Amino acid sequence: MVKGKQSILFDKAVYIEETACIVGQKEGEGPLGGSFDIVVEDPMFGSKNWEEAESRLQEMAMDKLLSKTQVPREQIRYIFAGDLLGQLIATSFGLKKYDIPVFGLYGACSTMGEAMSLGAITISGGCADNVVAMASSHFASAEKQFRFPLEYGNQRPETSTWTVTGCGAVMLTAQSQPVSIKGITTGKIVDFGVKDSMNMGACMAPAAADLITANFKDLEVDEKYYDRIITGDLGVVGRKILLDLLREKGYDLSSNHMDCGIEIFDAKNQDTKAGGSGCACSAVTLCAYILKNMKNRKWNRVLFIPTGALLSTVSYNEGKSVPGTAHGVILERQA
Amino acid sequence: MKEENINEQQRNRQYNEYVKQVAPKASCLANCVKAFITGGLICTLGQIFIAVYMENGMSKEDAALWTTLSLVLLSVILTGFNIYPLITTWGGAGSLVPITGFANSVAAPAIEYKKEGQVFGIGCKIFTIAGPVILYGILTSWVAGLLYMLVQWGAGR
Amino acid sequence: MEFIKAFIIGGIICALVQILMEKTKLMPGRIMVLLVCTGVVLGAVGLYQPFLDFAGAGASVPLLGFGNVLWKGVREAVDNKGILGLFTGGFTASAAGISSALIFGYIASLIFNPKMKKK
Repeated sequence: MVKGKQSILFDKAVYIEETACIVGQKEGEGPLGGSFDIVVEDPMFGSKNWEEAESRLQEMAMDKLLSKTQVPREQIRYIFAGDLLGQLIATSFGLKKYDIPVFGLYGACSTMGEAMSLGAITISGGCADNVVAMASSHFASAEKQFRFPLEYGNQRPETSTWTVTGCGAVMLTAQSQPVSIKGITTGKIVDFGVKDSMNMGACMAPAAADLITANFKDLEVDEKYYDRIITGDLGVVGRKILLDLLREKGYDLSSNHMDCGIEIFDAKNQDTKAGGSGCACSAVTLCAYILKNMKNRKWNRVLFIPTGALLSTVSYNEGKSVPGTAHGVILERQA
Repeated sequence: MKEENINEQQRNRQYNEYVKQVAPKASCLANCVKAFITGGLICTLGQIFIAVYMENGMSKEDAALWTTLSLVLLSVILTGFNIYPLITTWGGAGSLVPITGFANSVAAPAIEYKKEGQVFGIGCKIFTIAGPVILYGILTSWVAGLLYMLVQWGAGR
Repeated sequence: MEFIKAFIIGGIICALVQILMEKTKLMPGRIMVLLVCTGVVLGAVGLYQPFLDFAGAGASVPLLGFGNVLWKGVREAVDNKGILGLFTGGFTASAAGISSALIFGYIASLIFNPKMKKK
């Protein structure tokens, strides 16, 4: 059922059946280290280059998901997947061996939210029984594409974030499970004219604030409706801005807001500055941390909001600002 | 529509101002001290090279050229072992400003892009950061030389 | 004595550039271009050579010194060959720096593989 301007509450429920997540060494050494399915020490993941390494990440996550899930492989109707690389090469090379129809998505670091939204719509609309939603990122391939070669020296400012190396995948299904996707709120592209690509938190915070406000209005609720409101990769700078922006609108999220980018690394000891970022940041935190806490009934209703900064090296060189976007997924623990 | 644009511009300006206030900054003083130490040490190393080469009977000009070669080689080796970027993470401008920073900017893309092939990988990308330095250095010196020639000419008449 | 001078003056140049970077958020590539061009200009107006004579490696090792080398090359070539020198001087004088970086850089690409950053 369509709600308000940009939200849907599903009439036919969609559930999260199983998850798989795989990360690199640095993520494994972080505060969530013990909760990931697989931690791989080799940053190349046994491949020849960084791009192939990220494809390998997707492959390993998919394999892990297939081994954990009860859903037979031939009953997976679609994969909704994406990454950060140009023309989605990590996804196309990572998923080609599975012989399953794929929708390739680009939502920058918000891709996991986009994939889960579209997957849930497809199931709820009766077009599929089981779909996979997944997203990956790799520190080295992202750094190479968006910034500098890794051997080149540069000083990262305090506002910068560290791209998470990893891949998270979830199996969405129509069959009843403990955690459901109750609805979604799809984000607009929001641009407040910030040009600093080393401060992505500031670029994305307005989009996250816009999405949260829209969700509250569409559903006619407020911040107390959720046990947790969890953004993707705003980092400490973006979180502060988000709380300020929402306070202006009359909402106080200081007690129930969390950010995956802040949770995944120990900023002080791992020198990640403002926090983690990348598609995998929200994807693996969802699998390893958020859904576990929901299954344990620590949280019963969560608004999960992967956030994305929509820039390319071309738009940056041409002097454009960095617009942000966000995709909200309403997760609910079944009684 | 027009009014909307002006409102948006104003909102963006206010937001950027606000972001500037809340964004944490590294201590400028601490970073400057680190840059001073790092840059100072690299220059001292250069001076040591010059002294050693002149000790061995080289002219001042040749010693300077050999010093450049030595510093470049050292920087490329440190880049290969991924040590140079660590120095820059700590020392900032201290290791960007010396000629060793230039060498790092040449070696780094050469290593990183080798996977994309000899010509379009290493061949093209080796100049990604150093290319502009060479282009604008040569161009500026050409313009300066032209002006110099014109001045000489004027004085000769 | 000359070592201390090189340390202090080289250090000061780097610290000043650090301030510039913090205040303007200029990317390192732009900083390097700026330094070399500034070196050419300072050389051309006659300021850099006396500074170099005083500071030694403190002035020759930073990229400003590289700019000064370019300028000196062009001036010498213009003196000897006229217009042709405008086109030969810069590359002749900077040949050691540029060639060594390219050649050593290339050899490094044969020996070393891309590595992950830990920090």
